[in-house]
Amino acid sequence: MRPLTEAETRAVFEKLGKYIGENIQLLVDRPDGTYCFRLHRDRVYYLSEKLLKLAASIPRDSLVAPGTCFGKFTKSQKFRLSVTALDFLAPYAKYKVWVKPGSEQSFLYGNHVLKSGLGRITENTAQYQGVVVYSMADVPLGFGVAAKSTQECRKVDPLAIVVFHQADVGEYVRNEDTLT
Amino acid sequence: MAAVRVEAVLAAAEEQEAEKRRSITVEKELELEFDLGNLLALDRNPPPAAAALRGAGPRREALLRALARDNTQLLVSRLWELPTERAGGAGGPLVARLPEPTFRLPREKPPPRPRPPTRWEQFARLKGIRRRKKTSLVWDEQAKEWRRRWGYRRAGGDPARAWLAEVPAGADPEEDQFARLRREKRERVARNELNRLRNLARAHRAGSAVPAAPLHPTGHQDREELRRVARVARVSTASLGRFQPRLPKEPAEPPSRSGGRKRRFEPLLGNLAAERSRQLELLRDMGSKKPVLDITRAVNKQMRQEEAEAAAAHKGKKQSQRGKRGRRQQRPGRSGKKSGARRQQQKPAGGGSGGGRRKKA
Repeated sequence: MRPLTEAETRAVFEKLGKYIGENIQLLVDRPDGTYCFRLHRDRVYYLSEKLLKLAASIPRDSLVAPGTCFGKFTKSQKFRLSVTALDFLAPYAKYKVWVKPGSEQSFLYGNHVLKSGLGRITENTAQYQGVVVYSMADVPLGFGVAAKSTQECRKVDPLAIVVFHQADVGEYVRNEDTLT
Repeated sequence: MAAVRVEAVLAAAEEQEAEKRRSITVEKELELEFDLGNLLALDRNPPPAAAALRGAGPRREALLRALARDNTQLLVSRLWELPTERAGGAGGPLVARLPEPTFRLPREKPPPRPRPPTRWEQFARLKGIRRRKKTSLVWDEQAKEWRRRWGYRRAGGDPARAWLAEVPAGADPEEDQFARLRREKRERVARNELNRLRNLARAHRAGSAVPAAPLHPTGHQDREELRRVARVARVSTASLGRFQPRLPKEPAEPPSRSGGRKRRFEPLLGNLAAERSRQLELLRDMGSKKPVLDITRAVNKQMRQEEAEAAAAHKGKKQSQRGKRGRRQQRPGRSGKKSGARRQQQKPAGGGSGGGRRKKA
């Protein structure tokens, strides 16, 4: 386990910024404690200082996961956000998409969101903007990338993809083994 | 009384002016020779009389100083005549563009020493062996043509396709002859390389003009070696390479004290407050670089306006056409769009729709 280097921190913040914008400050600088990012086996974890001190005394081979995993660095050093970060993305999300009850299940199985399943979308969402996907009851289901801007969403036909799927809470069941 | 004082003041001022003018004009018998590229001025005038220069007195000092001042004044006047420009953009200092130097200065450092002879060269000199010039092409009997001595399609036949390797008289019959040939070639190459490096080291140690030839690209070096050498060259400056500008395609890498062997990270439980402030600063940096004008947002806003106008125009036309029956049928479906258009027209155009405005499906 080690702290992130500057390049790695920049990559992580850029990725997070796509979803929560400048609210990353609220993650870095919290009033209720000191939280930090640490890297363990190519995965980025977000943990409190208290937990860090406890995890520091565990040998590396035995340590599975300290704190919350936000994502991992691939072999080519690109940062990939995972669904376990959803709890921290959802409250601070800038651009949200609500999905109709009928196509919730489709999204939770890993499919993209079609125009016919789109309930609501935040106004002035740009194309390829990171969005967090909610059900109509405001339960966060996952996150993705907007395939069309809000304006285009209105005009496009019902079977067109409006949100590219990136991660959903169904992965907790599907990819139980590979999640940390 | 006042008139006298005024006159005195004017006379003093005039004398000052004359003094100033005298100080920048220098009279010399012979013109000086200038080499402005080297900031050099050669004075061929006969020096002051020997009697005046004798004895280390204040008079001698004053004479010499006056001479130096006059010559320097002439040189500086010449420098001021050169074409000038502003260094470093509009606000930089005014600099003169010096011409090419014409005066040949003597060597700064002693001339390089010749390199010491290698072991073979010593032996050859001892035995009287002389270099025999070899022809570049050799007659190949098998192929019945002139082939080169070494390299592509050389005269001795292709060694990769040599299918037969005889077991020599005294050798072990179980031994793999091909492996032996390969091993011996590898050993020969290694020995040759070793001797070459030894000669180089000997020449370098003897302090000759061979400053470690690996630092000069020969064209036979591989990429890793050249990269290593470039790194050494970059670090061989007074600031150890910290302010050395990078070549166009050279990747930026931080200097590592261990010479690239081990990565160093921050301590795990280091100063968390400092880490937090560093991250906040990084966020601020990243945020400030975002462009102020977001093209997509501007485009979307334009599209929305056009849509609203089109909807309003279309609505007007349709209502007049359809009449009462059409209006009654159309109202439930159309209300959203019409009120939306009206809402948009009411809002100021520049405000846009801030925050989460919902879209009804």
